[in-house]
Amino acid sequence: MSQENTGFLYPFLEAEERDADALLADLAESARAKAAESAELRRRTLAECAGRVAAAGAELARRFAAGGRMYTFGNGGSSTDAATLAALFARPPHGRPLPAWSLAADQAVLTALGNDVGFELVFSRQLIARARPGDIAVAMSTSGDSADLTTALAEAKRRGLFTIGFAGYDGGSFAAGGDVDVCFVVRSQSVHRIQESQALLGHELWRTVHEHLAAGERR
Amino acid sequence: MSTTARQETHAPADDRADAPAGDAAEVLLDEGLAKDLAAAALTLARRFAAGATLWCVAPAWEPHAHHVAVEFVHPVIVGKRALPAVALTGPGLVDAARLAVRPGDVILAVAAASDPDVAAVARRAPAWGATTLWIGNGPRPPAGAADHVLWVDDPDPRTPATGRFVLLYHLLWELTHVCFEHPGLLAPDDGCTDEVCVTCSDEGRLAEVITPDAPGGTLVRTANGEETVDTLLVGPVGPGDLLLVHAGAAITRLDEDGAR
Repeated sequence: MSQENTGFLYPFLEAEERDADALLADLAESARAKAAESAELRRRTLAECAGRVAAAGAELARRFAAGGRMYTFGNGGSSTDAATLAALFARPPHGRPLPAWSLAADQAVLTALGNDVGFELVFSRQLIARARPGDIAVAMSTSGDSADLTTALAEAKRRGLFTIGFAGYDGGSFAAGGDVDVCFVVRSQSVHRIQESQALLGHELWRTVHEHLAAGERR
Repeated sequence: MSTTARQETHAPADDRADAPAGDAAEVLLDEGLAKDLAAAALTLARRFAAGATLWCVAPAWEPHAHHVAVEFVHPVIVGKRALPAVALTGPGLVDAARLAVRPGDVILAVAAASDPDVAAVARRAPAWGATTLWIGNGPRPPAGAADHVLWVDDPDPRTPATGRFVLLYHLLWELTHVCFEHPGLLAPDDGCTDEVCVTCSDEGRLAEVITPDAPGGTLVRTANGEETVDTLLVGPVGPGDLLLVHAGAAITRLDEDGAR
């Protein structure tokens, strides 16, 4: 770690510091504050997005009932959140499994496309190969601006997929462009807090889909 | 039992909200869990400062293992140092961890207490010289199952997909980097300053059998490396068996459930 020359400002800190209790108390307090911030953002986001979760849930349930399949994708941490969402649909702790895949899962396909045609096309090319008009595309991002995701959403939209975008900040091009049918924007400037709320939104979406499917089966 | 003095985690505090996810009353981090998280972050920062790699496992929800790894390797906040973290996934998790882990490393699991692979890895970790962090929800792992247990008591099986674990490892990352701003506190905390040091006095260290047929006895792996021990007292042993060794001899065999 680079050692900034600020020791004269805090003579009791840094290298001479030996008592961990004060630091541990600060860390715990800071963690509590950040968790409270996350909880408040989750509450606010769910309230703001309730209408869109209901609408998207109904559309997804219609599509799954008609044989539609879901493809999720993202970059970095968001790619893992997209994979968790696909796993929640495909291998739920309870309820009927629904066909969903993360498009970042296959290293051969991902590196072949990245190497041969460029990283921007790693997800859109997979949709060209696999997706059908009744399917669903879900992009998870914090910026809402990543080129590989916007390219894939545009391709999905052209092919008649229902497109969902998860974004943070001001929604980026997910919110501004015309390729996203339902855009969930978590109004925060923190990548971490955005992802924590997005995960909950994804869970609510899954729950709503199952409510609709159960209602459909009862009819 | 474990020969490592593992930290007692805090019992669930009374202010835990039994509210549905996302409710106004949602308490994501009670006081006890915040303290556990702080202690885990300081341990992790100390291990990283000493050269550790963080190995991440999450058999039932593998994306969590990848998320933790990418968080540390490629921080979202520009300027924070990249730290060595790797996800271990796929079948043969115990074998993969045994091969990967070096003394001083850290293993972070995101899993239920009932996960047999994670339990097996955590039980062996002291013999590999590794520190363990265990994130999960529902019934807690037995006392001493890991060095740091970061637990959400809500037993809802959907919890891993609600962002609560994501919050926990995000905070772990954030707090670990705060610790790096306190270099004076990053010296190892497990030096032999106590009057009786269990590790150094060799009362009984955990060992995992590598092969029972080595020249001169049974070759085992302990936190100190490989050594040959006499297994006359415990009878025939096989690769992977866990033993307590003392003064060059195995004195007890540990069952798979960790009991003597």
